[in-house]
Amino acid sequence: MLTESTLDPANAVYRQVIKAGDHWSHVIKKGQTFRILDLEGNQAADTLFYNAHDPVDRYSASDTIRCQQALYLTTGSKLMSTDGNILLEITADTCGRHDTLGGACSRESNTMRYALEKEPMHACRDSFICGLHHHSHDLGKRDITCNINFFMNVPVTPEGGLSFEDGISAPGRYVEMLAHMDVIALISNCPQLNNPCNAYNPTPVEVLIWD
Amino acid sequence: MLHKETLTGAGMWSKVIKRGRTLKLTDLEGGANVGMLLYNAYEKHERYNMPDTLKGQYIFHLKYPYCLHSDMGRLFASIVADSVGWHDTVSGASDAESVKSKYGQGDYQELRNDFYRNAQECFLIELAKWGLGKRDLVPNINWFSKIVADEEGKLSFVEGHSKAGDSVELRFELDTLVVLNTCPHPFDPNPEYKPKPVELSISEAAPVSADDPSLQIRSENQRAYHNTSVYNQLRF
Repeated sequence: MLTESTLDPANAVYRQVIKAGDHWSHVIKKGQTFRILDLEGNQAADTLFYNAHDPVDRYSASDTIRCQQALYLTTGSKLMSTDGNILLEITADTCGRHDTLGGACSRESNTMRYALEKEPMHACRDSFICGLHHHSHDLGKRDITCNINFFMNVPVTPEGGLSFEDGISAPGRYVEMLAHMDVIALISNCPQLNNPCNAYNPTPVEVLIWD
Repeated sequence: MLHKETLTGAGMWSKVIKRGRTLKLTDLEGGANVGMLLYNAYEKHERYNMPDTLKGQYIFHLKYPYCLHSDMGRLFASIVADSVGWHDTVSGASDAESVKSKYGQGDYQELRNDFYRNAQECFLIELAKWGLGKRDLVPNINWFSKIVADEEGKLSFVEGHSKAGDSVELRFELDTLVVLNTCPHPFDPNPEYKPKPVELSISEAAPVSADDPSLQIRSENQRAYHNTSVYNQLRF
């Protein structure tokens, strides 16, 4: 559902551009609003959230899907944790649909999906590991679960097929969410060069936070 | 056949099944649901991965002759027989709150062993016995349950999908910790808590041939099988 925000970027308390292929993490406080801005269009922002006070309680794709009994994320979607907490709720969305089935790329899954010789290429799940180590070296692969792909379009057919379609995002589109609790946000700005969904061209995104 | 047992409704089970063996699940009464999670028996950080399974094979549901992928570019298992044709892997597991709000209070003190168990708790109980816990919970499979999506992504449960005697059979390609329970599907519309029993049987599989249907259906599966073979060669 397309919904515009009333927030002015000039009033944001935090702004950061995440370069293509980089990871980023930050604590978003309860009551703050978090925006991810697709600067050049159809960039996959692979995102995980954790309860900042108990990272074991983390974003759960299947609990999110179960609670809304629907696949795609948009305005009104509540991003649920394993313990049944609302981490954040999407409050504005000028893209209209975001994926939480497609997961993140990894060096290992690239060998399966594309070719064995793609193994050396930079991939999201390595970025997630590096991002988690910023918070604690007790966090690692075990804490990487099925993520959200903001700005990605992964439609499912009534016959049970799944495809990766050209994105429905565009330069300047954004998704905005209200934190219901203190959360760690972890983004891998996807470096995938083998998938047409980003026109084989990873680009930067910007994150903004308002009090 | 190596082993056969019946799992009662809302039962739970976990065992390591060796590569080269099959697990056949049979819906004894119709309308069963089997929640399943899979882990590498030795390196338990390697686990079933719903996104890699779906995007690697361009499917939204599981059926013969597709494969169950790990998060390390390998295969846990191939679906070698299936009389049902559609199994869910996106809807997750019931939790205590959802079971209570749907079925009401169902405590052990009143109901004894017919009390209302939820799938998340069953997974956590079995995982704990292998040194695993909440950090190891990921999206699971729901065998025998059919969930369809409309164009907007709204999900609905298809009633009467699995019949008494229906079965699905998995051939393991890695030595795998199999964790399962027979709690009702989270979208099961029956207002009464009526979990169904399932028969489990484990057998030796025939050797995998080059023209195996699971490997022929997608080149992604051939590469994942290659990765699995390399792992097994180096490990054993």
